[in-house]
Amino acid sequence: MGGNSIIKAEHIFKTFHKPVETQVLNDINFNINEGEFVSIMGKSGCGKSTLLYILSTMDTDYEGKLYLKGKLITGNSPNELAHVRNEHIGFVFQFHYLLPEFTVMENITLPAKKLAKKSDEEIYSDAKNILQLLDIANIAESKSYRISGGEKQRVAIARALINQPSIIMGDEPTGNLDSGNSENVLGIFKALAKEKGLTLLIVTHDQEFADQTDRIITMGDGKILT
Amino acid sequence: MNKKVLLNIAYKHITTRIKQSSIAALGVTFGIATFIILVSFMTGLNGLLDGLILDRTPHIHLYNEIIPSENQPISLSTRFKDDWFMVRSVKPKQNQSRIHNARPIINILKQNPDVLGVSAQVASQAFFTAGNIELNGIINGVNILEESRLFNIDNYIINGSIYDLHNNDNAIIIGIGIAKKMSTKVGDRIQIVNAKGNRLTLKIVALYQSGLAEIDNIQSFANIGTVQRFMGEKENYISDINLKLYDINKALPMSKELSKMYQITAVDIGTANAQFETGTAIRNIITYAVSITLLIVAGFGIYNILNMFIYEKMNDIAILKATGFSGNDVLFIFISEALLIGLMGGLLGLILGYFFSSVIDQLPFETDALPTIKTYPVNFNPIYYVIGIVFAMISTFFAGYLPARKAKRIDPVTILRGQ
Repeated sequence: MGGNSIIKAEHIFKTFHKPVETQVLNDINFNINEGEFVSIMGKSGCGKSTLLYILSTMDTDYEGKLYLKGKLITGNSPNELAHVRNEHIGFVFQFHYLLPEFTVMENITLPAKKLAKKSDEEIYSDAKNILQLLDIANIAESKSYRISGGEKQRVAIARALINQPSIIMGDEPTGNLDSGNSENVLGIFKALAKEKGLTLLIVTHDQEFADQTDRIITMGDGKILT
Repeated sequence: MNKKVLLNIAYKHITTRIKQSSIAALGVTFGIATFIILVSFMTGLNGLLDGLILDRTPHIHLYNEIIPSENQPISLSTRFKDDWFMVRSVKPKQNQSRIHNARPIINILKQNPDVLGVSAQVASQAFFTAGNIELNGIINGVNILEESRLFNIDNYIINGSIYDLHNNDNAIIIGIGIAKKMSTKVGDRIQIVNAKGNRLTLKIVALYQSGLAEIDNIQSFANIGTVQRFMGEKENYISDINLKLYDINKALPMSKELSKMYQITAVDIGTANAQFETGTAIRNIITYAVSITLLIVAGFGIYNILNMFIYEKMNDIAILKATGFSGNDVLFIFISEALLIGLMGGLLGLILGYFFSSVIDQLPFETDALPTIKTYPVNFNPIYYVIGIVFAMISTFFAGYLPARKAKRIDPVTILRGQ
């Protein structure tokens, strides 16, 4: 499916300076094409989360070059990077991270309102479609601190989808869920990849989860092993 | 559009923590209300006290002062030019107390664009007699309507009206002290005698109460023609010219100029009443110092609460940043929270301040000094309400800026990884 590069990393190095000099990432090179469902695996501390935060543009303290859709984004200003995240990258974290005092609907629509490319009506109808797709339309108006953990993670996925991003990144999105919800979320990701042709990059510990993805990148000691 | 989203987030943060937000806002309310009450009352009082003297004092007073001449004949002589000389027992020359060429001077002054009004006066020593009592005093011949327009004399007239004087050439307004001593009242007749023995019987149409007993015991007013007749002088006899200017600050240079031009004594209001400006300035300084202190305390309250918000909201800030809100957006959110708290508290403070000022305005305040004042003076000038709300916004902005900047700098990666 497709052959367009969505995200490409060239010679990424990263060193932690505190508390001691530690080389976390050592010459990382890879490319993810449009429509790929990729997982990153590796032991704790091998740098996979660090890599994800660099790819997500939130961490700018690294050496090397990062391209999004063929455009160099290394060295962009923080405001430009915020805009890139808003428009092109959807996030799902291990700990749901919703804004607790907002309703589910508000949580989902916030990034779209920030992007402000569509009218409020369009945003709400998009959000409803996504909620239906994820089978959580019934909780749209609930406050997000009142819903269950599995629901929260699905809301977070819905929020990641709202701006039709180029890529969805997940940092152990199933790490904090029981097996039932885990499978549910995995099912959603697979469906999104297959049916919608979305590009996904998921960091995980879970071998079962990784096995169901198109490609597994295994990391060890700051390097890509396979 | 974008800002609306951010304001919506700020609004949500405040409304879900309504208790803490209200307490922070109440700090501002307290500060602003106190400022309004203090400043309204203080400036009201200032106005009253200034009015007591400054309002009825001419900006420039022109008259002929009897003083010995600076230049004695010997100093004009070229023969003794380089010598020291000593003249003993110098006495002033017998001189008229009238202003020479008064009418033309008045006409020229009236044309001057800086001059609000000119009032001519004829002052004369007089004895007031009723029965066998004789009291020493001063009778001032004035154009009473001009005096009222320029120097608010009508504020100090009781038991009668200035128009009764204006319409009657045989009328007089006497100081309340004189009236008491002679046990006369409005409607009675009083005889005045001057040093030359001229007599005049005048009808008392009103009483004058300045609040300064030494003035009330000697001062009286009549029409200018009445006093000229009493003195046996012609219509061009004018002893004092009082000026009121549009800009009080021009009084000093103008008085110097007039003094030189007309060879006359000219006293400006600043020289005559220097202590009043000092008093006003000090009262203003106290008012602003107290208010600013209160607002700084309120600012610390806001600073504290926003700091707490930000610690509580670390996760939210991280998630906002991860989903594409920039650092400036976050800064905007928290500053608008501070300003919203400041605006709410400030507006409430204005209302509260207005309420208490109105209460003070109703409290009885009877004083001999100002017969027309019955309650405490309060100044409801809207400018102080504008200053109050601007104060509130500025202090909350600074109180909000420091925590908001901290929020702006939060690195989402450390927060997201931390869990």
